[in-house]
Amino acid sequence: MLNPAFETKEILLNSRTIAEKCMKCGRCSAACPSYEQMDIRPHQFVSYLMRGDVDGLLSSTTLWKCLSCFACVQRCPRGVAPAQLIESVRLAAIRQKGGDGITVEDVVGELDDEMPQQLLVAAFRKYKG
Amino acid sequence: MEKIGFFVCHCGSNIKATVDPNVVLDGVRSIPGIVVAEQYPYMCAKTGQNMIADAIKTNGLTGIVIAACSPRMHEATFRKVAEAAGLNPYMVEIANIREHVSWIHKNKEEGSQKAVALAKAAIAKVKLNAPLFPEENSVIKRALVIGGGIAGIQAALDIAEAGYEVDLVESSPSIGGKMAQLDKTFPTLDCSACILTPKMVDAASHDKINIMTYSEVEKVEGFVGNFTVTVRKKARSVCMEKCTGCGDCWNKCPVKNIPLEFDLGLQNRKAIYIPFAQALPLVPVIDREHCIMMKSGKCGLCQTVCQPGAIEFDQEDELVTQKYGAVVTATGFETINLDKFGEYAYNDSKDVITSFEFERITHGAGPTGGELKRLSDGRKPKSVTFIQCVGSRDISGRGKPYCSKICCMYTAKHAVLIKDKYPDVNVNVFYIDMRTPGKAYDEFYRRGVEEYGVKYIKGQVGKVVDKGNCLTISAVDLLDNVKMELETDMVILATAIQPVPSAKPLASMLSASIDTNNFMTEAHAKLRPVESPTAGVFLAGAGQGPKDIPETVGQAGAAAAKVIGLLSKDVLLSNPCTAMVDINACNGCSLCAPVCPYGAISYGPATVNDHGLKTIERVSHINQALCQGCGACVVVCPSGAMDLQGFSNKQLLAEVDALC
Repeated sequence: MLNPAFETKEILLNSRTIAEKCMKCGRCSAACPSYEQMDIRPHQFVSYLMRGDVDGLLSSTTLWKCLSCFACVQRCPRGVAPAQLIESVRLAAIRQKGGDGITVEDVVGELDDEMPQQLLVAAFRKYKG
Repeated sequence: MEKIGFFVCHCGSNIKATVDPNVVLDGVRSIPGIVVAEQYPYMCAKTGQNMIADAIKTNGLTGIVIAACSPRMHEATFRKVAEAAGLNPYMVEIANIREHVSWIHKNKEEGSQKAVALAKAAIAKVKLNAPLFPEENSVIKRALVIGGGIAGIQAALDIAEAGYEVDLVESSPSIGGKMAQLDKTFPTLDCSACILTPKMVDAASHDKINIMTYSEVEKVEGFVGNFTVTVRKKARSVCMEKCTGCGDCWNKCPVKNIPLEFDLGLQNRKAIYIPFAQALPLVPVIDREHCIMMKSGKCGLCQTVCQPGAIEFDQEDELVTQKYGAVVTATGFETINLDKFGEYAYNDSKDVITSFEFERITHGAGPTGGELKRLSDGRKPKSVTFIQCVGSRDISGRGKPYCSKICCMYTAKHAVLIKDKYPDVNVNVFYIDMRTPGKAYDEFYRRGVEEYGVKYIKGQVGKVVDKGNCLTISAVDLLDNVKMELETDMVILATAIQPVPSAKPLASMLSASIDTNNFMTEAHAKLRPVESPTAGVFLAGAGQGPKDIPETVGQAGAAAAKVIGLLSKDVLLSNPCTAMVDINACNGCSLCAPVCPYGAISYGPATVNDHGLKTIERVSHINQALCQGCGACVVVCPSGAMDLQGFSNKQLLAEVDALC
């Protein structure tokens, strides 16, 4: 079992953001293209972390629904960068479960011209299932 | 035979687009008495003004009507033009065809007809106008400042620096007010006393400032430039001249357990006391209600130990009457009573305190010497919870409908002060909205969150329960939709503020108006914010509305500037459009004085002509300097004796007749 307090601290550290700067304005969620698919919305994601509820985040669908488009990072007036926080939790999950991520070899067969590059980058952060 | 000049202004396209000036001119040209009817694109411009002046001189006009914008805009302009051209300025009438016609109508034909109607009404009125002459009143070159807090001190200093005598009246034994009770000031956290006491000393040592502490205004008479005010100097029982402030008396006084008002009752004082160490004047007061000598005639210890012999048990209240040209009210605020807010357990728990009480607890000279302690058991709290908007923005009748404005910032300050001294203490703040407009204010609050780790939770607390060793709080984090039950050791309530109770009687003495919350009303919310609607009365500080120290000091300076402007005049011209009583028609029924908002009406004997028989009757008398021409007395007068100069019943009826 992970130590939740330690885990929160590490996640915040890895994200290279300061969640305390959040003023809960909601622009991140308003800008998010995956908002409807998420169970914990980007602005809530920040609150979860500040409360130290890492378990809730690890079991959320949001973790894998985030496109890493960084719209939230671009729009955030306080420099909190929710996508980086999500990214950091993903890394924690990956470390916890062990590597089962998509590799370069997996991707080659899936490539097509219409696929946005962003999606490819995001794919490397995800599990095969 | 009257000779009336009529002028239509186009106001560029403002009027001309909706009103045809030619239709207006044609509509009035045939009215008897009209000798000039002209138009111009901008009557208020120099060329337009010259056109009017030339017409007055060339034709020997006896009155003019200008169909233009609202008289609020340019009545004064055109009156000056008339006066310069040799016409009494009160022979000018304005037909408002911009605000009342062109701006609110679309149809040009109908608009033009309405403009003709308004022009006819104004012409009918101007024919009945009579030349009026303002009275000259002298100005007493002395100001009265009521309230010795930072607002009053600043206003007094600024007026005195301009060279005018100032009397500063304060009801408590020392000047300093609320600011003297504060520990630190936001957003710079400089020590309140360190920046206040030099100003207190400046005021006390200024040769133009006469400070009257332990004194209250008892009676106000007169009017702008010439107020007569009686101040009651309460018996201090200590001779101001002899006392050296050595402290022997209060050290020896055997009466110990009187709650010290300055410390909000958190510390006790003696029966002879000074409210705080830096009090000015540094002369104690004997609280006669609790003094053994005053109650039973036995004791007199203070008198025995006082080497200069300053104790005077037989002192009596003294009434001081003085004349002033201007008055500044700087009466300040207090926190509301929390009896109706049982859910916060303020009356049940010693560990639930107001923010103002916390100000004393965190103060080095306060009841705990500045240490953070629970008042119940003296334990240092591990967690402190602030609740904002307690009684503010509350229309239930328990609190106040307005935002108390200073609470967000002082709560941010208190949270930072705790975190700075005790980083291990958990600090939560429950808020509804954060309101931090002000230079470096929002940055300060964010620093509390980001650098000091103060936690802000959006949501008002529903209930506080004292469990003995801790307090429990029920709340909801509205942003996360999470119900919260948390334990804390101390609860601090950001309590709503209200004007002091003495503001209301003072306002009625001054005939200065107050709003439904007893805040002093300003003459214009935006453009005359430091003046009362009553001429010669100026406003400073939180008695006019919630405000923090920088705003208060700014407003006090502004009020002082207005006072200086007034006192620098040798005479004041009064508005001659005042009420006038026909003493032959007045039957002395006394209905008019009670409706006069300015206290301008009194009654006295006068020789009246009753159908040729001369008798002395009690009739109404109007003080022309006080009357503001509101017309309330004219309306209530049953015998038609009252009339308003410049707006007589005859004139108004003539306007109505011209309209329909």
